[in-house]
Amino acid sequence: MLGKKVICIISVMLGLLMIGGFVYAKGKYGPGASDTEIKVGHTNPYSGPASAYGVIGKAIGAYFKKINDEGGINGRKINYISYDDGYSPPKTVEQVRRLVEQDQVLLIFQNLGTPTNSAIWEYVNKKKVPHIFVATGATKWGDPQGHPWTMGWQPNYQSEGRIYARYVLEKLPKAKVGILYQNDDYGKDYKQGFTDGLGDKTKTMVVLEQSYEVTDTTVDLQIVNLKNSGADVFFNITTPKFAAMAIRKAHEIGWKPTHFLNEVSNSIKAVIEPAGYEASQGLITTFYSKDPDDPHWKDDPAVKDWLKWMKDYYPEGNIHDRFYVYGYSAAQTLVQVLKQAGDHLTRENIMKQAANLKDFTVPMLLPGIKINTSPKDFRPIEQEQLARFEGKTWVLFGEVIDASVR
Amino acid sequence: MENRTETTELLEVKHADPLDTRIEGWKVAGVIAVLAFASLLPFVMSSYRLFQFSLAFAYAIALFGLNLLTGYNGQISLGHGAFYAIGAYTTAIMMEHWGISYIWTIPVAGFICLVVGFLFGIPALRLTGLYLALATFTLAIAAPQLLKYFEEWTGGVQGIVLSEPQAPFGLPLNKDQWLYYFTLSILVVLFIVGWNLLRGRVGRAIVAIRDHHIAAESMGINLPLYKSLTFGVSAMYTGVAGALGAIVVQYVAPDSFNIFLSISFLTGVVIGGLSSISGAIFGAFFIQFVPTYAQDISDAAPWAIYGIFLIIFMYAMPMGIAGFLQGLWNRLRRRRLVDS
Repeated sequence: MLGKKVICIISVMLGLLMIGGFVYAKGKYGPGASDTEIKVGHTNPYSGPASAYGVIGKAIGAYFKKINDEGGINGRKINYISYDDGYSPPKTVEQVRRLVEQDQVLLIFQNLGTPTNSAIWEYVNKKKVPHIFVATGATKWGDPQGHPWTMGWQPNYQSEGRIYARYVLEKLPKAKVGILYQNDDYGKDYKQGFTDGLGDKTKTMVVLEQSYEVTDTTVDLQIVNLKNSGADVFFNITTPKFAAMAIRKAHEIGWKPTHFLNEVSNSIKAVIEPAGYEASQGLITTFYSKDPDDPHWKDDPAVKDWLKWMKDYYPEGNIHDRFYVYGYSAAQTLVQVLKQAGDHLTRENIMKQAANLKDFTVPMLLPGIKINTSPKDFRPIEQEQLARFEGKTWVLFGEVIDASVR
Repeated sequence: MENRTETTELLEVKHADPLDTRIEGWKVAGVIAVLAFASLLPFVMSSYRLFQFSLAFAYAIALFGLNLLTGYNGQISLGHGAFYAIGAYTTAIMMEHWGISYIWTIPVAGFICLVVGFLFGIPALRLTGLYLALATFTLAIAAPQLLKYFEEWTGGVQGIVLSEPQAPFGLPLNKDQWLYYFTLSILVVLFIVGWNLLRGRVGRAIVAIRDHHIAAESMGINLPLYKSLTFGVSAMYTGVAGALGAIVVQYVAPDSFNIFLSISFLTGVVIGGLSSISGAIFGAFFIQFVPTYAQDISDAAPWAIYGIFLIIFMYAMPMGIAGFLQGLWNRLRRRRLVDS
């Protein structure tokens, strides 16, 4: 009978595997891990409308190459398999299934985008594949009860919105607030955090909300409306291109509110320079990582290491693009998890170690920011620091703020 | 009308070839053999491959719909991604908001697209060729944004996660095997229906409009009705495909239905073969598998490789894959005729 035969073959194979396991392996392995390598899967939009993010995936690969050149992690090389999903959710499902079922990776790491990660959320949790340090700031990724195999990494947008709200309540209690936001999940998440932070005051304080579509060509009209509303505080929730336009337009029409600029757009090269230094004086933003363009960090050893890595492993990369800092730091976080997992490289243990980071510091994050996770806390980075634009650079001020959403 | 039918029938009789019946028989036998082979695949292929095939079957239905409109009726559409999206969202909303089984959402998705397609077909009557292509293109551009507006229904950018479909009647199949059979059977049914439609009077009217619309009209074909109906039926096929695609992927979001999808459909129809039923299947396999293979060949420039594939295909097979195979077949047949 076929059934008997199959059972026979399977049991013989299992037996062989076990013998092999006892004799050769020095560790305990899940799929995608062995004495010599650890398979890490990743998807990123290398093509299509969001391809600017593609450099994150490439930066991660370049960092793993450095780790491998230095001997790997506990003697094992990282085999990094990265596929293009073009920011299209069905493609992400296909590519992640390929990584999990065909390539048999141990874990998937840093997949980019909110809709793309949403598409594989249920799948990876059902398959029990670690889906860690996703590259999106949406707030929903820290859900250890409902989705114990998925974990975020960067501070989420809502936390940041709350930081500005707290500042407004403390320093500007009589403020009239105008908000400009991108009409999608990213913009709404920020706005949600901000209005949650204002609480009951939202109704009296917020005088006008304006939105724009990512396909719009300008935000001039919205800025004029906000000025006319009499707002003296401006929360600017825009992506770099629009941020530069908004700052410039506000300056041109002589509107001088207390201007909060979201972290997404605080790059000096991409936003401040096109907007103009004069127009940017006094902007307030938050930071969690070091900006290599900032002269303040000129002699910082971490920034020097980063520059050396860029030169050695990614010479064609643009050192003004902060996505390289992002990918580098995220990759370092994964390396820490793999180190902690030691010779016990099963999917369960990867998740256990990812949820067991204690006061881990990443060199390119701001001093004082520590990564902490626990089985109940799936939000690695939760601290940020405020900064004001003065002269030609951002000047950090105040303490590192814990902005965790509880 | 009566006269016209008789003359065409007469013409058919005149052209009838003693070989024809046998060739039809060969064709049927060929289709059955392919189907038998296809129904064995779930037991030898990995779940991941089955998932890819299920998605390709959904695309094939969409391409058949688009081919009906573009290949047979001569109306170009760059907006079929929008109908695909409507079908997908119909299924997603019915399943997640109303808890309806995925099977029953498919006819509804088809019906809604039939109505929407028919209504869109009415203003489209005034437009031909490139102008129609542009008008439908706006559909493709507008669809993702419109989906974001009705957030409480569509879930906005976050989209909707669909619950996992299970094999019914306790069949001993896993999810991917079942979905493979499910999409394949719907494909077979819809292709038989479409083939029946095309080989009859309606089909001849549709083709006549493409070839010479004035002549067609003077023969008594109701041009506006046929054109908008073709648009509706075409949208219906694409809507059913969208519903199946959503079930297979188990997720819908505006980013799944961008302009690129609509362009892929048109690419698939042309590569597969215009005015050819089997062309839809070849085209679907092309748009499903070639981009992935292109990436395996070159990580750095996968879309450049894809472009090269496109050019090679168009150069070597100007009539599409189906046209190329038909040409081979005809040559073979001619040789046999000469031999006998």
